[in-house]
Amino acid sequence: MSLFLEFLATLKETVVDVLPILSIILGFQLLVIRKPIPNIKQVGFGFIYVLIGLALFLLGLEKALFPLGKMMAEQLTAPEFIQAGEQVLTSIHWSDYKWVYIFAAAIGFSTTIAEPSLIAVAIKAEEVSGGAINANSLRISVAIGVAIGIALGSYRIVVGHPIHYYIIAGYIVVVIQTFYCPKLIVPLAYDSGGVTTSTVTVPLVAALGLGLASTIPGRSPLIDGFGLIAFASLFPIIAVMAYAQLTEAKALLAKQRLEKRNRSKIEKRNDKLKQQDSIKESKNNR
Amino acid sequence: MNHQLLVFLKALLGSCKDLLPIILVIAFFQFAVLQQPMPNIGDILIGLMLVVLGLTFFIYGLEMGLFPIGESMAQAFAKKGSISWLLTFAFCLGFGTTVAEPSLIAVADEAAIVAAAGGIITDTLESQHSYADGLRFTVAFAVGLAIVIGVLRIIRGWPIQYLILGGYVVVVLMTIIAPSWIIGIAYDSGGVTTSTITVPLVTALGVGLASAIKGRNPMIDGFGLIAFASLTPMIFVMIYGMVIS
Repeated sequence: MSLFLEFLATLKETVVDVLPILSIILGFQLLVIRKPIPNIKQVGFGFIYVLIGLALFLLGLEKALFPLGKMMAEQLTAPEFIQAGEQVLTSIHWSDYKWVYIFAAAIGFSTTIAEPSLIAVAIKAEEVSGGAINANSLRISVAIGVAIGIALGSYRIVVGHPIHYYIIAGYIVVVIQTFYCPKLIVPLAYDSGGVTTSTVTVPLVAALGLGLASTIPGRSPLIDGFGLIAFASLFPIIAVMAYAQLTEAKALLAKQRLEKRNRSKIEKRNDKLKQQDSIKESKNNR
Repeated sequence: MNHQLLVFLKALLGSCKDLLPIILVIAFFQFAVLQQPMPNIGDILIGLMLVVLGLTFFIYGLEMGLFPIGESMAQAFAKKGSISWLLTFAFCLGFGTTVAEPSLIAVADEAAIVAAAGGIITDTLESQHSYADGLRFTVAFAVGLAIVIGVLRIIRGWPIQYLILGGYVVVVLMTIIAPSWIIGIAYDSGGVTTSTITVPLVTALGVGLASAIKGRNPMIDGFGLIAFASLTPMIFVMIYGMVIS
């Protein structure tokens, strides 16, 4: 019973969040477009499903994953775990935090796979590209990007480098890739940076950043706790373009191989024909 | 009926697969690295079931409601042929969905505490509120503008890379002149703006527009709106930081 009440409370919050979007859509539809919405019944039910789904999703996350994930982020960054027995860290080496980086990458990857807005974009991309872009491959490449981004971002907090060096270096990679990767993927790759960080990823990543910044001497949770999200939005762009480049390279390689095989087949056939010809000729000559 | 049930079960199974990595990661770290038992396992199982159900419903409703409405509105605007109304709609959609976004409100409040602790603003609740609101409206305005630029790009067929890379150059230049305490917040603000409902709607709008306008390729021109929405907030938040100090 209390679970149901909690669900209703979450549903109410979700509806309140969606109200501005809904009023804008309805306002423009009624006042500017002035035509009934096509398939209004289906669209209406779709909206209701989305709201119920989102509320269930958020409630479930609050119940199961967030408390555990946040506790884990705290425990993994706690001084007692990093240097057994010591309460306050005196000297740290970046490699003391190896489990933090592994956790950061693993949690970045797995939360991205479950991110609803990424699922939406991936479905749309597969549909629009006529299957040339596979929804699951796209999601996995984005998740790899987020994993690398958050692990690197955690490393940055540990060593205390200024954030903009990393971000600017990332931008330079994006610029170079943009000129060498298939044109079709560029807009989608740029988009994938923004969609990765929402409902599932942000709370867990924020807990990780806060845990790190508040336990490492010389870091301020208020200043160094920010920035992980920026990493998580930049690296998927690189990863998606890399995925496209790899796919293209693989296709090119396969094509070359096929051509080679065909060529050798043709040559063999020609050889055979020649042999037959010469046999025939020699028969004729006789 | 049987067929629908089958579709639903298949979707449910898909959601389970989507969630499996998180479960594995958490279980591995809990048992193997931290070496602790799983606390209140009952709650966790119920929570996981809710997440799986929620994801299934969301994806179901996505294809029934959010995608169709985004595309039908894009087509209606394209047919109407009024660019100014389309751009107004784009701005409202960007601004309206961002200004009330819960994760943005959370980040803005946190940023206000940072600013107060750093002595950027006076340490009163009132000035913190006005600072957080200012930040929120700045980001919302930036997202509104981003969707406007993005829609304009689709209509005109401008190549996206020059606009985005130009935006990067602006971000880098602003980083040099903006006060250092705003930079982390500014970089993060690009990522938190796009919510779970905005993303499918905006994507459907872009793809719908690109398929309704002659000569546009939905793959090349339809995507990219979200990219703008994650770029402009960085620039505008840095401007906000410069104005404040």
